[in-house]
Amino acid sequence: MDFISILSIFVLACFVGYYVVWSVTPALHTPLMAVTNAISSVIIVGALIAAAAAGTPAAKWLGLLGVTLASVNIFGGFAVTARMLAMYKKKEKAAPKAGGEA
Amino acid sequence: MSTSDLVVPQGSEFQFTDESGRSIVGAVAETAHAVNPWVAVAYLAAGVLFILALRGLSSPATSRAGNRYGMIGMLIAVVTTLVTHFPGELFYGDTIVTSGESFQHFGPDWASFGEILAAIAIGAIIGLTTARRIAMTAMPQLVAAFHSLVGLAAVLVAVAAFLNPDAFGILGVSGDILPVSRIEMTLGAAIGAITFSGSVIAFAKLNGNMSGAPILLPARHWINLGTLAAILILTVMFTHSPVGGPGENPLFWVVVALAFAIGFLLIIPIGGADMPVVVSMLNSYSGWAAAAMGFTLHNTAMIITGALVGSSGAILSYIMCRAMNRSFISVIAGGFGADASSSSSGGGEQRPYKSGSAEDAAYMLEQAEKVIIIPGYGMAVAQAQHALREMADLLKEKGVEVKYAIHPVAGRMPGHMNVLLAEANVPYDEVFELEDINSEFAQADVAFIIGANDVVNPAAKTDKGSPIYGMPVFDVDKAKQVFFIKRSMGGVGYAGVDNDVFYMDQTMMLLADAKKMVEDINKALDA
Repeated sequence: MDFISILSIFVLACFVGYYVVWSVTPALHTPLMAVTNAISSVIIVGALIAAAAAGTPAAKWLGLLGVTLASVNIFGGFAVTARMLAMYKKKEKAAPKAGGEA
Repeated sequence: MSTSDLVVPQGSEFQFTDESGRSIVGAVAETAHAVNPWVAVAYLAAGVLFILALRGLSSPATSRAGNRYGMIGMLIAVVTTLVTHFPGELFYGDTIVTSGESFQHFGPDWASFGEILAAIAIGAIIGLTTARRIAMTAMPQLVAAFHSLVGLAAVLVAVAAFLNPDAFGILGVSGDILPVSRIEMTLGAAIGAITFSGSVIAFAKLNGNMSGAPILLPARHWINLGTLAAILILTVMFTHSPVGGPGENPLFWVVVALAFAIGFLLIIPIGGADMPVVVSMLNSYSGWAAAAMGFTLHNTAMIITGALVGSSGAILSYIMCRAMNRSFISVIAGGFGADASSSSSGGGEQRPYKSGSAEDAAYMLEQAEKVIIIPGYGMAVAQAQHALREMADLLKEKGVEVKYAIHPVAGRMPGHMNVLLAEANVPYDEVFELEDINSEFAQADVAFIIGANDVVNPAAKTDKGSPIYGMPVFDVDKAKQVFFIKRSMGGVGYAGVDNDVFYMDQTMMLLADAKKMVEDINKALDA
């Protein structure tokens, strides 16, 4: 791909990001940060390439360290997002203690 | 012969023996970035799934599915990379280099498939354990810590690309790194480094390892501007100077070092309650770093994700700044709230206020028809959210209407209060944003303020000299009664301004630890 194609994808993705993020409900802004954190760890792709194609031991360990750091984020980020999202509940018909008269 | 001496024309195969006597066979692609179309489609699919992941967050009902899309997208991206780089054969563009007998892909200088899986497994264990154990109140520091990891990973990838540009397909015909790739990787490394050191400081401040108070260096604006200018100038110089062998041009290392320093310098003067903006901003930076590396690798998944995350963080920073009526520049310049102690002591004489007991509060809450609860950071510190939800349940049993009102900057990160209330099983349809509920205070019998302060301060509406003037605040003065839970009368809000709400006729100060006070109210309500 030439630079202009890549730049086009980037610019269009910025616009997509702009509209998608404005549509996120403010109540979910913390999960939004956690999930953006998880997906930005797609940088693991670069770390994998670095580890796979390293030419020196130093470069290999840099790559492997990058893979580990990014995986912490991927697993941690998605798991903590899932944990938070599981807590968001609608009003229940029969709340555990409340009589339900709301 | 070392790898750095090796210059092979494009489209040809090569064979040489390196210093350690290992024989290496490879091939150089016709074009540096020709990619198998299926691989490109897979990365694009990952990018689209990430968009859907964010789209799902438009409502709690669709958010869980969104999160799963994100996971699938990540799986696709990782598997695609593994398949293309560990097939026992290497793809170099459209030329497939079969691993000949002399090609030691699993030698000491290349990570084996097993080592990669081990690295992922270690990360997975650390990540999953942390995610399971972390307290919801500690979410801001967790997010800051995660940001620092993305930043550091970006730096590592950029350094790896600098050390081994051939593997990343960024070598030009001359055997030197392409100028445009140099800009991309240097920017990626610099933004990653700023994200890392900035997030480490944000983490330390949020986690209490470091005082939340701003630390002000003399002439810090000049130091910061000078460092930023140096980073940009050196990046341009790096683009125009020959790289030499892998990792040989010192300019790259200087830029990375300066970027680590500026990340540190930028965040230390920013105070604790401005952290929502800082965390959002660092979120944005981690995205731009990923995007820059995506440009280097010509990887659509990374570019789309970087753009999404970058805009997301930027929008959140904007929302936070708007909710404080401060400009982004003023937040980043830092120093806000630094003179809190001096201005409060300057206030002089003690003004009269009414204080009450938990029993008084319980009695009046029972009589109320409508109660609006305003939680703030103090509720998170006291871990009072569960007790608060019990109070709301008890009141609802008695037929009182209870709603929660959340200010955009309440807490230490965007949406912090919502998560804590959700953790305490508060249904999300009882929780309202500032602009949706502010008109209801006139009909409310009780405004119940727990751990918030500046967000209810009427000085923001009336006092032009106040540092928080113009910030949208809750109109609690319109409620018939105001209960204000506060540890003591001594402290003032983050902005360091006195709050007239304390001294209003209809205000009753409930001076105690927030959790203890709410539990006492619950006891009185239950009796």
